[in-house]
Formats: sequence, C-alpha cells, structure tokens
Amino acid sequence: MNPLELVRARAGTPFTVRFDGREIEALPGRTVAAVLWSAGVTAWRTTRDGGRPRGVFCGIGVCFDCLVTVDGRPNQRACLVPAEPGADIRTQEGTGHDE
Amino acid sequence: MVVVGAGMVGAACALYAARAGLDVILVDRGPVAGGTTGAGEGNLLVSDKEPGPELHLALLSARLWGELAQELGTAVEYEPKGGLVVASTPDGLTALARLAAGQRAAGVRTVPVDASELRSLEPHLAPGLAGGVLYPQDAQVMPTLAAAHLARASGARLETGRTVTRVLRGADGAVRGVRTDRGDLLAPAVVNAAGTWGGEVAALAGVPLPVLPRRGFVLVTEPLPRRVRHKVYAADYVADVASDSAALQTSPVVEGTAAGPVLIGASRERVGFDRSFSLPVVRALAAGATRLFPFLDDVRVMRTYLGFRPYLPDHLPALGPDPRVPGLFHACGHEGAGIGLATGSGQLIAQALTGGTPELDLTPFRPDRFAEEATA
Repeated sequence: MNPLELVRARAGTPFTVRFDGREIEALPGRTVAAVLWSAGVTAWRTTRDGGRPRGVFCGIGVCFDCLVTVDGRPNQRACLVPAEPGADIRTQEGTGHDE
Repeated sequence: MVVVGAGMVGAACALYAARAGLDVILVDRGPVAGGTTGAGEGNLLVSDKEPGPELHLALLSARLWGELAQELGTAVEYEPKGGLVVASTPDGLTALARLAAGQRAAGVRTVPVDASELRSLEPHLAPGLAGGVLYPQDAQVMPTLAAAHLARASGARLETGRTVTRVLRGADGAVRGVRTDRGDLLAPAVVNAAGTWGGEVAALAGVPLPVLPRRGFVLVTEPLPRRVRHKVYAADYVADVASDSAALQTSPVVEGTAAGPVLIGASRERVGFDRSFSLPVVRALAAGATRLFPFLDDVRVMRTYLGFRPYLPDHLPALGPDPRVPGLFHACGHEGAGIGLATGSGQLIAQALTGGTPELDLTPFRPDRFAEEATA
C-alpha cells in the first residue's frame, strides 16, 4: 500500500530534484534520503577507505553514514537535509573534497 | 598488584608492571578509556613542556612510545608527525625561540622554521605568520585504541564495570588490596591511575591528593583529505604572560587524523565536572583555528566533545610511592598530557614497584608534596 494513503497524508505539489544529473520527483517536506529512497536509490556515497557503498544507517542524524553532496556542498546528512526544488544532489566519493 | 583506572595511564602501568614480572589486575568502574582518555586528542608532545621534570618525563615517554610503536604502532594509529608551533608576531617568535633554546638544552630536537619555510611544511597555513619551530619528536596516537591495546598487551586481568569502594589496609597501615562493589581484590600494591578522579581514590586510602578537573572542548570536522600534516598550534600564549585571569583560556591547536577529520582544541576552564555545551568556547576555538588555517572557514564541524584534564596545583603529575601509605602508588594528575606521559609513568611505576631505582628522580612528582607545602 502507498504509505501516503496509509496515514491519509495529503502531500503538496511534487517538484523535481536532480540526482547525478537525472531528474527525480520529490514531495515537499521530504528529506534528501527519503526522496532518494522513493526513487529506489539506496546508496549515494562511497567510503574513504575501500570505496564501499553507503546510504542511510541510523536515519536520525547521528551516524554520519548517509553523507551526500548537495548543491556542491559535501558531507550533508541526507537524512536531515530537506529536499528543495531544483536541488543538485550528487553521489559523494570519499571525503567529497578534492584530494 | 591492582591498578585502579583503565585509562591510558592505567593501561601503561599495567603493561610495564606485567613486563617487569608482576601479576596485574586492572579495575575500572566504567569501560576502558571511559574517562579523560576517551575525551582527548592523543597527543604525545615534548614541544609544549617547559624545561624541567615534566619535560624529562615527556622525553622518556616519547622514547618508550617509539619502542611500543614497533609492536603496536598501526593498531594504535601511531603517527610520528612532528609538531609545528607557529608565532604570529615577531615578539611571539622571540619568546618561542627562547623556549626552544631551553628545550634543546634539555635534549629536545628543535628545528627553527622561518616565515618563508612555514608553508612548505604546512601549505594551508595562513600567510603573514612570523615563523615557528618544528619539533620532530611530537607524535600522536588514537588514545582509546592505545589504552585498549596496551591493556590487552599487558595480559592483565581486566575488571571493568567494577567500582573500588575502599583501599584495604592492614594493621601496620600497609595496603592489602581494594574492596569493590563485587568483592575484594587482594594485592600488596595498589596503583592509583584514576586520572581526574585520582583524588577520590586517594581519599579511599585515607590520604589527600588535590586533583581537580580542567575542562576542555575538542571540535571534530567533517573528514578531509590530509591538509594538516603536523600538529600545529600557536605559540602566542608563551608570550602572552599578561593573559587575563578569566576562567576560560583558549589557544588554537589543529591537527589532522588518520581517519580524516581535523581535530581542533584547546580550551581550559575550571568549572568542576560540568558537562554542558558552551557556545562561546566552541566559537573561540573555531575562530582561533581558522586564523591559523583559513580553509577551515568552509569546513563543517560535525560534532564536539569535552573532557576533564586532571590537574594538580603545580601542574605536575603525582607519580610514585605514597610515603603515607606503604604499598600505595600514584600515577595520576597528568593534566592534558596523560596520553603522552603514560609510557614513562608506567615504566617509572614498574621500576618503583619492583624495588629498582626509577630512571628519573621522582622527587618532583611526590604524591605528598602538597600536604608538606600546606604544613610548611
């Protein structure tokens, strides 16, 4: 069942964000992590040591596992940052900073 | 013997005592590295010590850390990165050079760095600094890992989550062990390595030891590529003899870590065991660090932590046998230098425990020195 129906939510007007260049639909109030999950994306960072994939772990801003680059700023916690219309979200490799 | 306190100093005491042939029980009311050890930066410094007994202890400790690094270096993230002390003004540099000359006479390796060379050592340093001194013997470990690995390497029986409630003494006054919330641990020697809580453990044996907490904050940035190569800190405080007597003192200390984040310290406040967050302190630390490394302006701080340095009134640790209680030894009160001074402290305690002559004179560290001063 659609979770929106489950809680009888009336979502606002959808908008789009970009993830690694492609357009993804987002609902107002969702975090970057929720938007990516809704689009079937579960990993958006690679580890500094070994390049292994990472996505949401704790989901509440504590663990810093879900870091992602948003509008050119690396190390944003996807589980906390609200998705904004037109946001440019990119997979973060390593520290997200130039070596 | 029983070592009370499973922090860095207790772990080092356990290791060197075990290697001297003693059976060791390491007991702590919390976990390994649950106190000040787990709340520091892991500095092994000779650079910030004035010539004197603490510097001798630091030099001994630096040598022992180098030896331990042969077996445990990778596990404890030992990095012989060197320290770079920088002065922002010519006066500050003059004072720093004077300090360095005294340290050099005491056996510290010091390399003067003029203004034009600073940025070849640290490319991201702010322009316009007057110069500095490089201290190749300064190093770093990850303190929690270091305490855990030294405790394990000691082979000591580890009793965490067990609170010492009394130091047991016989009719002759000598130590017989400790009472804990889960039974007695009997031993003819007890080492007080309880750090900031060392005064409480001393009191359990019936003797005063005026260890007090001095709070410090550390800021942790997002992980970065290696941009800060050494431990870098400002020397201004050396010249800043006219510092006001406000409770808060901050001087910027910046260093990269093996894991990526940059650590920013160092603040000092005497506020008891108050664990509340302080925005003014954190702001002062961030501003100071950014003056040294302007790129930090664009770097996010992920979190902060705080700890309580154990300080004694003369800023030297209490180290060695307590003449007031036969069998009681102290190894606490190392203020902000406990990780660095742990190895030397452990070695000296082991030498004292086994009846040998400690390789450093323990007189300046006598645990009863404060009582004597009070009655003098």
